[in-house]
Amino acid sequence: MDELLEILTDLHPDVDFETCDTLIDDKILDSFDIVSIIAEINDVFDVVIPAEEIIPENFNSAEALYDLIERLGDE
Amino acid sequence: MLFTSYEFIAFLVLVLVGYYIVPKKFQWPLLLVFSYVFYFLADPMYLLFILVTTISAYLVSIKMENINAEMSAYIAEHKAELSKDEKKAYKAKMKAGKWRWLLLCLFLNIGILSVTKYTNFVITNINNLFAGGGPLQLVDMIVPMGISFYTFQTMGYVIDVYRGKQEAQKNPFKLALFVSFFPQLVQGPISRYGDLAPTLFAEHKFDGKTVSFGLGRILWGYFKKLVIADRMLPAVTELVQNPDEYSGAFVFVAMLFYAFELYCDFTGGIDITIGIAETMGIRLAENFNLPYFSKNIKEYWNRWHITMGTWFTDYIFYPISVCGPMLKLSKWSRAHLGEVIGKRVPVYLSSFAVWLTTGIWHGAAWNFIVWGLMNFVVIMISQELEPLYARFHERFKVRGKMPYEVFQIIRTVLLMSAIRMFDCYRDVPLTFKMVGSMFTQWDFSAFTSGALMDIGLSGADYLVLLAGLIIVLGTSIYKARAGSLREALYQKPPFVYYGMMAALFLVIIVFGAYGVGYDSSQFIYNQF
Amino acid sequence: MKRKRFIAGLLVVALTIGCLWLLQRLLVPKYQTGIVEGSMIEEYYKDESDHEVLFIGDCEVYENFSTITLWENYGITSYIRGSAQQLVWNSYYLLEDALRYETPKVVVFNVLALKYDEPQSEAYNRMSIDGMRWSQSKVDNIRASMMEDENFIDYVFPLLRYHSRWSELTEDDFRHIFSKDLVTHNGYYMRVDVKPQGEFPDPTPLADYTLGEKAMSYMQKMVDLCKEKGIELVLIKAPTEFPHWYDEWDIQVAEFAKKNDVEYINYIPLQDEIGLDMSKDTYDAGLHLNTSGAEKMADYFGAWLTENYDLTDYRSNEKYAAIWQEKVDFYNAMKEQQYYELETYGELKSFGANAIQ
Repeated sequence: MDELLEILTDLHPDVDFETCDTLIDDKILDSFDIVSIIAEINDVFDVVIPAEEIIPENFNSAEALYDLIERLGDE
Repeated sequence: MLFTSYEFIAFLVLVLVGYYIVPKKFQWPLLLVFSYVFYFLADPMYLLFILVTTISAYLVSIKMENINAEMSAYIAEHKAELSKDEKKAYKAKMKAGKWRWLLLCLFLNIGILSVTKYTNFVITNINNLFAGGGPLQLVDMIVPMGISFYTFQTMGYVIDVYRGKQEAQKNPFKLALFVSFFPQLVQGPISRYGDLAPTLFAEHKFDGKTVSFGLGRILWGYFKKLVIADRMLPAVTELVQNPDEYSGAFVFVAMLFYAFELYCDFTGGIDITIGIAETMGIRLAENFNLPYFSKNIKEYWNRWHITMGTWFTDYIFYPISVCGPMLKLSKWSRAHLGEVIGKRVPVYLSSFAVWLTTGIWHGAAWNFIVWGLMNFVVIMISQELEPLYARFHERFKVRGKMPYEVFQIIRTVLLMSAIRMFDCYRDVPLTFKMVGSMFTQWDFSAFTSGALMDIGLSGADYLVLLAGLIIVLGTSIYKARAGSLREALYQKPPFVYYGMMAALFLVIIVFGAYGVGYDSSQFIYNQF
Repeated sequence: MKRKRFIAGLLVVALTIGCLWLLQRLLVPKYQTGIVEGSMIEEYYKDESDHEVLFIGDCEVYENFSTITLWENYGITSYIRGSAQQLVWNSYYLLEDALRYETPKVVVFNVLALKYDEPQSEAYNRMSIDGMRWSQSKVDNIRASMMEDENFIDYVFPLLRYHSRWSELTEDDFRHIFSKDLVTHNGYYMRVDVKPQGEFPDPTPLADYTLGEKAMSYMQKMVDLCKEKGIELVLIKAPTEFPHWYDEWDIQVAEFAKKNDVEYINYIPLQDEIGLDMSKDTYDAGLHLNTSGAEKMADYFGAWLTENYDLTDYRSNEKYAAIWQEKVDFYNAMKEQQYYELETYGELKSFGANAIQ
């Protein structure tokens, strides 16, 4: 989880990713950010997030994103 | 049948009356019948194309869902015996099967779209490679009305089923209605199956408020289309089709006129579409969110033609940017080109692909391709300048201040309007030349010489346009600040509410640019 | 609450319809000054007395025959149901329409329009049709006349056609929103000014001289309708020489007349006999007669009518005499005004092209 927060904070230092759960709904992350995040996650966690998983529910908060990574890692 | 024809109005009345008098369970079948009638009246041949798309989407989506079901069942049954790797391998195998079906469907439909829309474009370009005329004859190709829209909408559905996000529709007639729903057939919005289906197939009771909102929205659409856009069109045409005569400041005028005209035409058409659906209780996705109040290009593209933008993001941008090869490229470029550039490579490549296809999708001409790529370039540049902006904002504390926001909005509108001139002029070099002439041949006398009275607009027309502009701007500002204007009006006494609608109707009837233009000069005196 | 909404809605709908009606009255052209030809078709209904002779056709009837002269010299009651570029089917349906109100003894049709086999212009369609009262004849007339880009509904609701006139409204439009003045004398359009006949261009040879099928079929319908109603039909070609009336056409009409046993008279060769002097009797260089010409023409034609048909001399009938005295007064007053303007300004000011606002 800390690694993920680091990735995110790198991108937007001004956002508190631990509490924010409207990252997509409030347009804090745009499509470019999402692509960067996915690339870094691929690097760090060795998990591929496929296009169909790019939905607001999975990206609205760091926690949801972390759950997604764990789920995909399990499969 | 154009939205602005009498036939369409009559058709609409028929649909609406029919929709509320048939038993509720026949509402959606009735819409299917009317949608096919609508398409048939445009050209019976079109039905063939839409049937191919519908049937292929139907069969493939069912097939893919069966594979999904088979896969789940197999895994559930053999859960205990399968190792993790075996499970993975099995899944991959099944997925490959689905993938082949998806590809087949995409190839077929995108193929039809490409062949009908782009054959002559390709032929012309091949011919241009040969000096003194090429060897190929242009073909007489039928381009089915709205094919770009319904193909994209349907492919979105098929991809959703492939991704397991969407259950396949078992009733072919329901799917047929989703593909052909007549109000959105011509110019969108591009709906998602998951959003549209629940309201499209639901039974709708007549509800006075909903119907009046729908009618009001239709009227508002006609107001923008007939009173403003269609009145301006001749002037825009005159300006851009005579580039020798109208350069410099006139290009600027054409640019502003076209920005206003296109906005009113497109959003007006969409208002009519959404309004029609609304009168039947069906909710369509919004396609615009005050785009001309955007403070930067990226925001603009989140607010203009929204359903197209999200379609491209979900079905082209993401799949390309997170596919295996792209991730590998990303890794490689970060390792070899450094963190800064390396991170950008995948995003830029995917964006490039998106804007290239967006351009091609808009029309079979280099103008549109260049237009798409210009958007790409501008977005990338502004992306790169972002840190600079951030520092500027930090230093001068202008962010969120009204005058600065107005400046940002005007800058964005002007920039988008300038790029849009590729829509207008005959070819790409001419567009560059004309847009350039704004800077090199600017002459204020364009505004004072009276030349603007000779471009097909009379003083009275300008007056109407000015009033129209103020009304559109006023309602937009209201919407941006206070929210739904119609809800507010609905809270007023009913007489006021309906009175406003009636007034709008009368304004359209009198000030709309439609019908055989009355021109007393036609009555040449004493010719028999 | 629901009921209140319903009533408010109903009220607004009623008000809207009222506004539309008013707007329509305001925005349709009034044809009161300048181009008065557009008023002709409508004016027919205002004349409540009946007529023994009814003219139908284009400008070659409404500018060439003085109905007042026919009355003054022969006691003939007549009306000219003419309109600008009235095409043969227009004439037929206008005749059909007129027969709903009266049955004249003689119907006179001018054959120049036979040269057109297709609708020519939306504007002229309008002037020949808009003034008609609604009837099957009007519906059929519209159907037969519409150009490709016209819509039937534009005739039902003329507001849809004329809505953009809001920017060119004149005083006339407001003054005559509910009532219009008479502009013709039983369909006769008066012009007293003179512009001598000049040289006409040589007629261009045509590829095909056959008169159109549609035009001829409507003339046939005219014959049949008159026969059915016991009306004598007279075909004429007015004495004016331009637009050119080809001999080949003349022969076809003559043959048609013979076959159907109706009269056909071409007045072009009879100019001298009528007493026309085309240096004095035309106001537009020979295209149409002026009032002095139209009076001569009416006098000549009236004599022929009286001789050949059993027409009543109504001058001794008190009721008719009273009605017509008013018409004569109006005629003389207008004539006087036109002569006054001619004398004062050297041209007409409040009539014709000069009066277009």
